[in-house]
Amino acid sequence: MHIHTYEKLWLGLSLLLITGFVATITYGALGAGVEMVDDSGETVDPDALGEHPDFADPGVEQVGPNEYDVYVVAHRFYFEPGSSTQGFAPITVPANSTVNFYITSADVVHGFGVAGTNANTMVIPGEVSELTVEVGEPAEYGIVCNEYCGSGHHTMEGLMQVVPPEEYNGTGSQTERLGGDS
Amino acid sequence: MATEEGTPTFATRYPEEASVVRRAFLVAFVALGIGALAGIIQALHRTNILRLIPSADYYTVLTLHGVLLVIVFTIFFLVGVFQWAITRSLDRSPPNITFTKTWLALMSLGSLLTGAAIISGVISEVDASADVLFTFYAPLQAHPLFYAGLAVFLVGTWLAGVDWFRTWLGWRREHPDERIPLQAFMVLTTMIMWYIATIGVAVSVLFFLLPWSLGFIDQVNPLLTRTLFWFFGHPVVYFWLLPAYLLWYTVMPKIAGGRLFSDPLARVVFVLFVLLSTPVGIHHQYMDPGIAQGFKFIAMTNTMFLLLPSLLTAFTVVASIEHGARQRGGTGLLGWLRALPWRDPAFTGMALAGLMFAAGGFSGMVNAGMNINYLVHNTLWVPGHFHLTVGTAVALTFMAGTYWLWPQLTNRRLYSRPIALAQVVLWFGGMALMSNAMHVAGLFGIPRRTAEPQYQGFEFATTFGGVSELNIQLALGGTLLFVSTLLFLSNLALSLAQPTRSGLGQRLPAALSGPEDSPRVLDNLALWSGIAVVLVVLAYALPLGSIIADSGLLGPGGAAYPAALTPDSLAGLQAAVADPVVRALEVVA
Repeated sequence: MHIHTYEKLWLGLSLLLITGFVATITYGALGAGVEMVDDSGETVDPDALGEHPDFADPGVEQVGPNEYDVYVVAHRFYFEPGSSTQGFAPITVPANSTVNFYITSADVVHGFGVAGTNANTMVIPGEVSELTVEVGEPAEYGIVCNEYCGSGHHTMEGLMQVVPPEEYNGTGSQTERLGGDS
Repeated sequence: MATEEGTPTFATRYPEEASVVRRAFLVAFVALGIGALAGIIQALHRTNILRLIPSADYYTVLTLHGVLLVIVFTIFFLVGVFQWAITRSLDRSPPNITFTKTWLALMSLGSLLTGAAIISGVISEVDASADVLFTFYAPLQAHPLFYAGLAVFLVGTWLAGVDWFRTWLGWRREHPDERIPLQAFMVLTTMIMWYIATIGVAVSVLFFLLPWSLGFIDQVNPLLTRTLFWFFGHPVVYFWLLPAYLLWYTVMPKIAGGRLFSDPLARVVFVLFVLLSTPVGIHHQYMDPGIAQGFKFIAMTNTMFLLLPSLLTAFTVVASIEHGARQRGGTGLLGWLRALPWRDPAFTGMALAGLMFAAGGFSGMVNAGMNINYLVHNTLWVPGHFHLTVGTAVALTFMAGTYWLWPQLTNRRLYSRPIALAQVVLWFGGMALMSNAMHVAGLFGIPRRTAEPQYQGFEFATTFGGVSELNIQLALGGTLLFVSTLLFLSNLALSLAQPTRSGLGQRLPAALSGPEDSPRVLDNLALWSGIAVVLVVLAYALPLGSIIADSGLLGPGGAAYPAALTPDSLAGLQAAVADPVVRALEVVA
């Protein structure tokens, strides 16, 4: 088969580009430690979340000296906790800590995206999404449901507050859990 | 568009086949018109410039836009152009024209059923809806008509492939030692890809979603049906793209004044699409829980290698155009660009489409980058990307191709070439504005598929210009695209009133480097199909097995949500439910 010299060169460069892309992604996963949302989360019954030890009363829980677990249930059309515009407490975590999110859905497929960051996952009924985030300086982030979930989809939003550690500990209601009884 | 006297047109040589092609195009263009109307309604609604519908109905309009444009417009155009290409390149009628008309009728019926289910969503008197978007993931549920229509449509496309394979088998009996003509090769390989790709959606619709919407089963496994959807949902984008590639490879070099550079490389490209299109769908599920990181990595590697056929296409198509320009007297390193027929809407449309495809390819590489995708997944970046690929590379090539093909299908001249030229340039400009705004908004985290991107509890942090500037850009771009669609449709409608004449035939020249330069194994369709199936099994057997092992075939799936059938209880939503026609009249008055 006759292949033009320039075309061979182009083919070589194309393969180099592709290999380079795969290499950068591999570096991101192994070197920089960007782990994917995967199948490490358990499976749950979306119709019986009320009986689940963590999702029955979702919220923030301190699990280490500087590490927090956050359980979130996505409903049509609010996050519990998170949707402060609908009466739920914002997700509040202290600055410069490790935050593990465990998110599931009580009904349809939702999205959970922290706007302006790369914290992003699908929320699928029956599955638990696990996502670990290192939070930095105090800031306020919007949370959006970025997967269409029905006619009220555009009203589904939440708020995440990264507060100074002294402020976090200083607020009595936030030392153990929040959002559960809102 | 110099015509060649003495070359009979397709319509003259194959009147019945030309009529089938015209009918397929007619359905495609009706869908384009309605889909474009849905598009402008959305663009103006979500940017809060003009609101004709309540926000709860936005998703019905979005479903209509998606399904009509990426299923009906693209695939009806495809079957038209493939019917033309297979008949022309094999110089042979289908074995039975009634069979040909039957599959076209089935496809039309399926589209009608699905379209009716979607449109019912805005008619409060009819108790049906399908505002589940083009990506119809359970447990959001559509009316059974929606799924039934999809099934009938799919069967129609399968029978179209049977028709083309039978035509080819008949040809091969009479030409046992000849290489498959290039256009026929492209049609057959594309259909092999389609048969493999549609397994996923067919299983999902027939065994899960349709029985579930009819009440035969209580719940389905959302992750399983989602994975089956994307098994189909990525290769379908190549089903949209490959007819555009067929036009770029076989028609565009000719209208540039030359001929295809390399027939063997074109075959290699189509074989690569057969092999690599399907085992990549999990790259749409990088953010899904329940699928192991390793399976995502395999899909990512396959996706990156799928860049290869498009990069090879870029070389061959540009080289062929350069050859054409030099035939027309163009000289110099880049000076040949000036010698191209830029006043020809068919050429300019395809060239601009190709340019946009390069840009769309780059944003697609970002999507494909497994961990980089975290930043853009489900943001407005994604529709920004596919409005460059399917919305421009494919749609604009189809429109430009129509300008070249239409006179040969009707024996009538195009009504106005200057309007056609303005139309393709307007599309390019409109899409540049709209998709730029979408890409930028996506980087700020503004989600896709939402009627109200402004939230009450927070604001998006933008670097400069702000969200309102992006909204203006998006709405302006969308308006230009709508005007461009109207110009395209009215130009064609006016062309129908032109007098018939002869001498509109066009001949397609053979490639510079012909099929005899390539190994015969390239034409071994059974071999490539076999390898493609093995690759699919390798990529999908384990993840599907693991999903079923975790949650079972039917759940736990949660209850079904026929969203529009049960009006939401949130305050304010019900108040907004009103007849859209009345509201439109109020706005006009």
